[in-house]
Amino acid sequence: MKAAQKLTPISYKTDIFVEWCPGCGDFGILAALRAALADLNLPPNKVAMFTGIGCSGRIAHYMKLYGIHVLHGRPLPFAIGAKLANPELTVLAVSGDGDGLGIGAGHFVNAGRRNVDVTYLLFDNRVYGLTKGQASPTLPLNVKTKALPKPNINDAVNPIALAITSGFTFAARGYAFQINYLKELIVKAIEHRGLSLVQILQPCPTYNDIHTKDWYEAGRIYRLEDEGYDPVVRDPAERDSKKVEAILRSMEDDRIPIGVFYKDETTPPYDERIRARIPSYPERPPAAQEIAGEDGLPVVDLNALLQRYRVR
Amino acid sequence: MPLNTISWRIGGAQGTGVDAGATMFARACAFAGYHIYGEREFHSNIKGLHSYVTITVGVERVRSSREDVHLLASYDAETVASHSWAVRNGGGIIYDPRIVGEKIDSIPTMNERLKEEVLGRLRERGYEATIEGALEEASDRGVKTIPVPYLDLLKKAAEKSEGVKLSNLMVASNVVALTASAAVLRLDKSHVLRSIEEQFGAKRRVLEFNKLVVETVYNPVSEKYGGVIGIELQDQETREERYLLPGYISAALGKLAGGCRFQAYYPITPAQDECFFLESQETFKLNDGGDGSIIVIQSEDEISAIGMALGAALTGTRAATATSGPGFSLMTEMLGWAGMSEVPIVITLYQRGGPSTGLPTRHEQGDLLFALFGGHGEFPRIVLSSGDVEEAFYDAVLAQNLAERYQLPVIHLLDKAIANMLSTLPAPDLEKLRIERGIYEEDGGEYRRYRITGSGISPLSTLGGGEIFWATGNEHDEYGHITEDPVLRERMMEKRMRKLELASKEIPSDIKVKRYGGGRIGIVSWGSTKGPILDAMEELGERGLELSFLQVKLIRPFPKEEVKEFARSVERLIFVEQNYSGQLAKLASMEAGVSADHLILKFNGRPFSYQELVRDISQVLEKNVRRLVSSRRWEV
Repeated sequence: MKAAQKLTPISYKTDIFVEWCPGCGDFGILAALRAALADLNLPPNKVAMFTGIGCSGRIAHYMKLYGIHVLHGRPLPFAIGAKLANPELTVLAVSGDGDGLGIGAGHFVNAGRRNVDVTYLLFDNRVYGLTKGQASPTLPLNVKTKALPKPNINDAVNPIALAITSGFTFAARGYAFQINYLKELIVKAIEHRGLSLVQILQPCPTYNDIHTKDWYEAGRIYRLEDEGYDPVVRDPAERDSKKVEAILRSMEDDRIPIGVFYKDETTPPYDERIRARIPSYPERPPAAQEIAGEDGLPVVDLNALLQRYRVR
Repeated sequence: MPLNTISWRIGGAQGTGVDAGATMFARACAFAGYHIYGEREFHSNIKGLHSYVTITVGVERVRSSREDVHLLASYDAETVASHSWAVRNGGGIIYDPRIVGEKIDSIPTMNERLKEEVLGRLRERGYEATIEGALEEASDRGVKTIPVPYLDLLKKAAEKSEGVKLSNLMVASNVVALTASAAVLRLDKSHVLRSIEEQFGAKRRVLEFNKLVVETVYNPVSEKYGGVIGIELQDQETREERYLLPGYISAALGKLAGGCRFQAYYPITPAQDECFFLESQETFKLNDGGDGSIIVIQSEDEISAIGMALGAALTGTRAATATSGPGFSLMTEMLGWAGMSEVPIVITLYQRGGPSTGLPTRHEQGDLLFALFGGHGEFPRIVLSSGDVEEAFYDAVLAQNLAERYQLPVIHLLDKAIANMLSTLPAPDLEKLRIERGIYEEDGGEYRRYRITGSGISPLSTLGGGEIFWATGNEHDEYGHITEDPVLRERMMEKRMRKLELASKEIPSDIKVKRYGGGRIGIVSWGSTKGPILDAMEELGERGLELSFLQVKLIRPFPKEEVKEFARSVERLIFVEQNYSGQLAKLASMEAGVSADHLILKFNGRPFSYQELVRDISQVLEKNVRRLVSSRRWEV
């Protein structure tokens, strides 16, 4: 990979057959993601992507970069570990709505507390596709999508509000078939210093017969900036009011706002917190440390560590 | 050297400095040139319930606890009531005369079963059901009862000191107890002072006061009671460089030595001590004067802990986690991912009493088969077990080498006994340590992360440090892309599992097992039973019964040949384990077709003493007992 080469969306394409259903929103997301990485001119060997289980998880194999397809609900812990060990990487985590907010909800909330510089893409079609259409944590109460025997008995979580209250410092929402706009959101999320969420609304043409492409595109969606909405926290003192504003916006359900809800770079990301404790961290993060000399002997000064315990 | 050891025990309510008192006493003895073996028993409780520490002191290396106590140091009623029975005839009990009137029945924290037993004994022998009664009982069988007026002595020390709050005096009870003990045992006062200095070094005021306490207590006790139990801990001449540390620190130092630079964990007893220690050492010096560091991160659960460690491991960082049974249960899905995706990772598994929450602060070896089989499907893993504090250090390095060489999860089995065992060790042989990195891709050719090779090992790449690759928990092709092809599935399973055959060939026999002794009666065991077994062997040897002992260190791949050969070389096989079902015996039968003649099992949450094993081994042989469930006399 020559660094000077200008990257294009095709640079991130693998020749693996994309096995999503025709009309799946994932196609739009895949196109937007490839375009976003090309816009940022990120070499594939500087980007690690961790995906969960479900249709969304397959995207790791369709992207030419480090594509690590992990377990159901667990992309965030992997992504955090990789980013802290090798901060030079651009790290992406991908979950479906079930992956990220059902089985992985504990990681979602706790990731917010750390604000590691990772971009989290949440593919949200409100159903579990690969297991034939169960309700996901983002399907509203009493909605009956076609595979459900009875209307949904659970209420929905609001990913944007949850992210903001958990400590994510960037929260945005996109729509899978506004590809160029989604690309811009992903670019902003990757450029953000800290943990960023992009919730991506998408139809599931096979199992969600309520929130269809037509439904989304019947004039419901509007862009936050078109109404003069300003998501940026410029001073720590305005964090709370900006959060409240963002949460209120995220709760609108007659109309669907997309765009950046919240952006705060006044909260230190985790790497800065580490640096305050480990001054050598930026130059010598874990992945960059030599652990053995040429003779294979450990480089650690063990005598110094042992001194405290010496009794004779 | 069991016969040449003495046992000192301190007890008290948790939060009153029992543990610190024991560490200071142990260190003082070590300064005087003695070897130490310390065993901690405590409740899953922060403050108030009973805890105690037994320090066994010897001229030569001590490997286990004695169950008979030479000197009991107490400052509360429960310690006297619970432990006076364990004090040998001719031994001593240090007590606070203010508590002699206390009724045993009204000690609120004492467990009912033990209380009934103690009261029954006192009744039977005609003593009052009070501390005074218990002390009289001891005294009548030759135990020296040594009153130490804690509060008066502390007040006296406070008079000489400035700014000591009278309300807070009793926190120094542990220092009174250990000073009085040193005086009785004629352990030189200078060692006590030095030990106290190390303990409180940073806190000047506390240090000064405690030094005054030592000065106030030592001489009067020494004058009146010095040597009364016939034991004098005079300075031992030794030129050996020696260290005193608990198992969890030894394991943590081994991790650092072996190159671990990332550890994620969720707090759980008894694994958290290692993690806390590593965090306290997150920056350290390198031999060339440079700065090294480790990231220690406290995760939201154990699933996340191992997930973060795996994420770090994918970057080529040596990464690990530490946990105990409940946490390991949560980790098993990830363990399968690590096996499937061939990511090197070390899980330090500190076993404790299970199942479920079980006995969270007590000892057990109940997770052998779980460490071996936990997780769905079949994937290669290495399971390595350490027998003591010293092994924990070297094995922590070895575990990391094996994980990287064979690209799989390595479970390093330790347990609560080793975690909290305090042990004197010779200087570690640092020249012996070797870090062996795995096989990495070399430039040239199209990179396939899971290239099918004869050895099963496919050259590694790392996130950000080599060619791009894909990894997945799904079955995959050589590139790491998903496949459900039956032919490829078979080849990939074979490839992964081949690594274990290679490991079995490559790992030297003397790492897989350790053989001790040459007798015709064979003991087989694993983990922290090592010390009591070796000490029991020594004592039985002196009585004319020669034993052999095979310590199985590598659990997977199982050392079939070594175990078979051992079984052939002896007439009887006794498996000694701290679990209910004899898990290693089951495994040996399954893997090597070797069957146990006798099982000595213990699962009451307390480690074996060597004396207990001497009795148990004699009993199974003499009475031909197939399965013996062991317990000590007066176990608390």
